[in-house]
Amino acid sequence: MKKPELLVTPKSVGHIAALLEAGADAFVIGEQKFGLRLAGEFSVKDIESAAAIIHEAGKKVYVAVNALFHNDRLEALDDYLKEMQRIGVDALLFGDPAVVVAVRELGITIPLHWNPETIATNWFQVNYWGDRGAKRAVLARELSLDEVVEIKENAKTEIEVQVHGMTCMFQSKRSLLGNYFLYREQAMEVENRKENKNMFLHDKERKNKYPIYEDCNGTHIFSPNDMCLIDELTELFEAGIDSLKFDGVLQPEEYINTVTNCYRQAIDVFFDQGEDAYEELKGELLEKIEEIQPKLRPLDTGFIFKETVY
Amino acid sequence: MLQLIENEKIREQVNGKRVITKKPELLAPAGSLEKLKIAVHYGADAVFIGGQEFGLRSNADNFTIEEMREGVEFAKKYGAVVYVTTNIFAHNENMAGIEEYLQAIEEAGVKGIIVADPFIIESCRRVAPKLEIHLSTQQSLSNWKAVKYWKQEGLHRVVLAREVGAEEMRKMKEEVDIEIEAFVHGAMCIAYSGRCVLSNHMTARDSNRGGCCQSCRWDYDLYENVGGEEVALFDEKDAPFAMSPKDLKLIESIPHMIELGIDSLKVEGRMKSIHYIATVISVYRKVIDAYCEDPENFQIRKEWLEELDRCANRTTASSFFEGEPSYKQQMFGTHATKLKWDFAGLVLHYDEETQMVTLQQRNYFKPGDTVEFFGPDMETFKMKVGQIWDEKDNEIAVANHPLQIVKFKCERPLFRFNMMRKENN
Repeated sequence: MKKPELLVTPKSVGHIAALLEAGADAFVIGEQKFGLRLAGEFSVKDIESAAAIIHEAGKKVYVAVNALFHNDRLEALDDYLKEMQRIGVDALLFGDPAVVVAVRELGITIPLHWNPETIATNWFQVNYWGDRGAKRAVLARELSLDEVVEIKENAKTEIEVQVHGMTCMFQSKRSLLGNYFLYREQAMEVENRKENKNMFLHDKERKNKYPIYEDCNGTHIFSPNDMCLIDELTELFEAGIDSLKFDGVLQPEEYINTVTNCYRQAIDVFFDQGEDAYEELKGELLEKIEEIQPKLRPLDTGFIFKETVY
Repeated sequence: MLQLIENEKIREQVNGKRVITKKPELLAPAGSLEKLKIAVHYGADAVFIGGQEFGLRSNADNFTIEEMREGVEFAKKYGAVVYVTTNIFAHNENMAGIEEYLQAIEEAGVKGIIVADPFIIESCRRVAPKLEIHLSTQQSLSNWKAVKYWKQEGLHRVVLAREVGAEEMRKMKEEVDIEIEAFVHGAMCIAYSGRCVLSNHMTARDSNRGGCCQSCRWDYDLYENVGGEEVALFDEKDAPFAMSPKDLKLIESIPHMIELGIDSLKVEGRMKSIHYIATVISVYRKVIDAYCEDPENFQIRKEWLEELDRCANRTTASSFFEGEPSYKQQMFGTHATKLKWDFAGLVLHYDEETQMVTLQQRNYFKPGDTVEFFGPDMETFKMKVGQIWDEKDNEIAVANHPLQIVKFKCERPLFRFNMMRKENN
């Protein structure tokens, strides 16, 4: 059995060293104009610096170009892809087929990771995009463990699964926060709050709090809980999932570092010392995460053990 | 305001007059066989329906294969066609049975499927090659290069994301030779379709498999987390945070859409009543026909707009068609309201000699009520109801049984499938 990659999301170039130290194998970075819901904003220059640091350490750097593009951003997308080719990043995350067309037309040779989030729900789609150049598929977070395992069994591409962090549950192109402030005639506040990522919606009936923010892609709303699979990794390990992602969007650096290190330990212990050693350690790792978990963000296991009906 | 640019590609000289010969298809929703028949009768060129599986309205009645066949036969008499929505994103467990299902749809004479998941696209190509494949709005198609992708994949038509504006549509039409379908009327998703799983989180119902519980129509309170402290960003006197969009209505932009060369104009609402479908479709039919017949002298008529409002239960807006929608296109502190007009009866028969109309009751009415009749083959008119009789010619004081067959006198001629509505007090 091969160790899965531990994939994390740095907040800045300066944050990468600590994450390497904590044991990260790979990094997702990018800028909001092209990538969705990133932990940090990386300009092309930042990506170049980050790639140098990450490659120096023998690790991988992936750049998110998984926005839903409108015509007005296609030209900039081409230029951006050429820059990524020049820098030599290790993969491009995409959701919009426009990226597949652009990559073909420009002769870009960087591997693609298919990451459309909510709609990556079955193994056929995984292989479909595999046939069209995707080396990896990032699965929807709304799948059960059985579904994830069955996809892996049938997939011709690498499979990446999120194991920790919040998940996006809604993206609107509309400026929903700005609109609310305008409706209440607080236009001045809109500009000030545009980049503020500390707002949440309170759902009184369910007693849930949903983080919400706006950027150039529109309005994003997130899950009320942070998923945490630190003590539920055995079946994912055994299934041979290729990459485990911890999405650190809207989390502080220290939190991202500590959690990254917990997953590092879990992976190493399981693969170096065996399942029993992991079983013994996992409770301790969970406690460590619970200790630093923000009060407003309860932990859960996402949809891994939760069924949905329709 | 958008500038109306004449499109030479859609025009021809007919009897010495330049008219628009490439009319867009008017596409109507139909949640049942009855709705399909009404939609076609009131002027739809095509209808989209859901089957028992693989579609996104698990609460709608939906069609059996046998009903599909009957619907196709009915539509054919009017020169209309039927599409079937198979636009879920399948999970592994939903993958069985798709081949038999697609073959049965094809065999029923359906023209095409509306589909989002490449699993269903590829299955269709393999086992039911006569079906056209239309990409669903669930793929949130927002740019011309992605349109080009689906063209290269051999699709016949793409349904655009609801976030695409007129100028973006123009560019797509210029860059790619493929049929484009766009929404013109009905309820809207506020999120990019396919990218919303609010239902999954809030009610454990999978929105991308037909379980959407419309959590976006609920009210929320907006707070800010300031160093661990929760600060309210609203006053108690204000309406709460809401993301409920007004319904789409592009009736006045139909000339623009025709000039853009949009191939299919789609009305949303498979859950809506036959009254809604009849009203909306008949008005769009009139506008499309009037503009194409004489684009230079076209003017939208006030009574068309008033007619359309008779079946509206939300306020309406143009959404992204003319640019980014402002807060005025959302509903704060208000929700769907009761209709101003009730659908009161469906005409089954009219006897010209006795001037007696036989109709199926759909809502309470009584002698003395003022009612309005409308239909595809006549001008809308109002009248006061006189004496009413039941099926066995007994006079009745009030028509208050749903689906009861009743008769009364109407001096102006009526036709089968005409509808009667009554102002709601």
